[in-house]
Amino acid sequence: MLQCSKAAERMEKPDSHFDEMLFPDGSVRPAYDRYCDWLDNQEDGWFKRKHFEAEAFFRRTGITFNVYGAAEAEERLIPFDMVPRIITAQEWRKLSRGIEQRVRALNAFIHDLYHRQEIIRSGRLPQRLFKDNDAWLPQMVGFTPPGGVYTHIVGIDLVRTGPDEFMVLEDNARTPSGVSYMLENRETMMAMFPELFKGGQIRPVSDYPRRLAKSLAACAPDCAGEKPVVAVLTPGIYNSAYYEHAFLADQMGAELVEGSDLRVEDGRVQMRTTRGFRPVDVIYRRIDDEYLDPLTFNPESMLGVPGIMDVYRAGGITIANAPGTGICDDKAIYSFMPEIVEFYTGEKPLLPNVPTWRCAEKDSFAYVLDHLDELVVKEVHGSGGYGMLIGPTASKREMKVFRKKLEANPQNYIAQPTLSLSTVPILTRKGLAPRHVDLRPFVLVSPEGIDITPGGLTRVAMKKGSLVVNSSQGGGTKDSWVLDD
Amino acid sequence: MLGRTANGIFWMFRYLERAENIARLVEAGFRMALMRGADAASEEWRSVLATLGEQAAYDAQYDDYDAMQVCNFVLRDKANPQNALLLLENARNNARMARSSVTTEVWEAVNEGWMMVRDLLARPARENNLGLVLGTIRRQSSLVRGASYGTMLRNDIYHFARAGTFIERADNTARILDVKYHLLLPTVAHVGSRLDTTQWDGVLRSLGGDRAYRWLNAGRMDARGIANFLMMDARFPRSLVFCLDQLLENLDDLVEEYGEEGLSHRLAREAVARLAAADTDAIFDMGLHEFLIRFISENHEIASAISADYRFVD
Repeated sequence: MLQCSKAAERMEKPDSHFDEMLFPDGSVRPAYDRYCDWLDNQEDGWFKRKHFEAEAFFRRTGITFNVYGAAEAEERLIPFDMVPRIITAQEWRKLSRGIEQRVRALNAFIHDLYHRQEIIRSGRLPQRLFKDNDAWLPQMVGFTPPGGVYTHIVGIDLVRTGPDEFMVLEDNARTPSGVSYMLENRETMMAMFPELFKGGQIRPVSDYPRRLAKSLAACAPDCAGEKPVVAVLTPGIYNSAYYEHAFLADQMGAELVEGSDLRVEDGRVQMRTTRGFRPVDVIYRRIDDEYLDPLTFNPESMLGVPGIMDVYRAGGITIANAPGTGICDDKAIYSFMPEIVEFYTGEKPLLPNVPTWRCAEKDSFAYVLDHLDELVVKEVHGSGGYGMLIGPTASKREMKVFRKKLEANPQNYIAQPTLSLSTVPILTRKGLAPRHVDLRPFVLVSPEGIDITPGGLTRVAMKKGSLVVNSSQGGGTKDSWVLDD
Repeated sequence: MLGRTANGIFWMFRYLERAENIARLVEAGFRMALMRGADAASEEWRSVLATLGEQAAYDAQYDDYDAMQVCNFVLRDKANPQNALLLLENARNNARMARSSVTTEVWEAVNEGWMMVRDLLARPARENNLGLVLGTIRRQSSLVRGASYGTMLRNDIYHFARAGTFIERADNTARILDVKYHLLLPTVAHVGSRLDTTQWDGVLRSLGGDRAYRWLNAGRMDARGIANFLMMDARFPRSLVFCLDQLLENLDDLVEEYGEEGLSHRLAREAVARLAAADTDAIFDMGLHEFLIRFISENHEIASAISADYRFVD
């Protein structure tokens, strides 16, 4: 069905990228039919009014994002774009199968790394990848967390390059953030454009907190009572993701605790309540491994709980995600994910990786050096879009500096082709304009199963042509819709 | 409920109450200063600063009592660690910290109130927008109160919030009375003069009680009657007796919920009983100032006992 849309006709034309709203000839893809109809019926100037409304809504509700190092903008808003990103039921079915497979493999992989290390014995993964890797924790060796679950909450970053081409860009098994934006973006859209949601064709996301609470409770240790006590551990109000910590605790009906509220007593982790100390069964921690326990890890840490690792290893508490899962966020490990998926599931990966050159390998490294101007080079331990080189847009000087760093320490880097990421239009003052996006679906893991919330967080580069979607670098977000059949 | 959260909620409501009280005090002070000569106006501003316990801090910065200078000191001056804007910011930070213990409506009211006042006070207040600033502070405070009343579960969280409110309010009423007590004492020279009634009216206004008092007394003003109203009238929501009754009621509810009684509860019960047994004539005979000083210090002791009983800090 070819349909034309006034708003779409006026849209800035997509380059050679795959645009999720429009076909190359400018007609509207079926998933966006209804939306574009609606768009055409809006009166002029609606956008400005709604933009103001949305901003006021976010300020009032306090959804902010603290940017490190920006003192004046202590609480900055992440740009929110009002055009939804729409995924069809069919696309989603395929994606969720791939995600589930990958998450199952990740859990099995971590368990193996801290036990028999079969994958290394089999010769499919070089030992060097975790031997000197800080994210691999010797304290976890031989220990299995309650329920056998390591990655209670996972965020899989997906990018799209064509009609049927989704790829995994990154696995976030440490402490994936952004789920509160997924939830608030939907609330905002429903409050501002209720008419778009009529008919119930858009799959809801709002029960994520309830599912999270249920999933965490299902991972409680044996010593927990019938209603396990769940607490969210936050570094405090100055952390960049504090809003999310408080939001999730509130929505789950869990206590929001800081390290200073907790202490180890009688073999349990206990929190200081108005009635005295009370044991906690499951801690959803939003602090890094390093700060979790000053007696085991960083002795300077004021954020954690002295002795919590002893309680953990004795089965007195569940820590979500388990310490030592951050190894999966390593980009060198990532490059082996196809092998990892196949090794643990016995199946071919349903979701491919982005092709990746490991600079630790001689031939690959030589290729990378020769093609620096067309590749994206990333630090293996890096995150948040920091410390990377985007070849095609880098200046001569940046290239020179980066090449030096690369040559000094090749195994610290991987390289990927500069992908032609798909675009979804955003609303600018001049109307619709295509911008690059990625997608982070959120996945819950418990002994009861793997639960994927339909959609996830769509991050969008607000600048024309930019491929950097990270909120720490000025990226924005969109509401992500998965349509029902 | 976490001890730290209880502490945060208790103080959040103390800060909000204090900011509101500052707004009332400045409003009444400004009006008084307008109606009187320069010397008397300085005297008025000095008493505002004294009531807030900020006179020394002010004198360290300035040597005269210019109206807007005092107002801005009290409302937004960084040299004043108790300025109203900072109190609202503290309240808002506490609400953020205890975000999962207050309803969305309460949080939004606190957050929005802080944002509005912050914007209004981004520059020093001027005579022509002072009313707007003070009105906004009062109105936002009412919004938080209304949102709390209408949306919060009546559990320990709510009782800590209310306890904080009434500890702060009792302290405020007692302080205002103490700074102005000399006006309420019978002195031969001033009796019946216009000065007296203006000043008395100012005291009532700074506690938002002018209208209520007029209704109850058909417009008659007398010092002892005003003192009696502000201390002993259980119908007036800023009187000492009202604040203590409410405080005790909320502590009673906590005792019922927790099944155990602490020092704070005993102290509050004793304070209520003492106040019930007192009468205004006897207080005037024994010394109003002494009575108020003791009241303020006992109120402070109850607050400390609440903090200890409910493990506010480690």
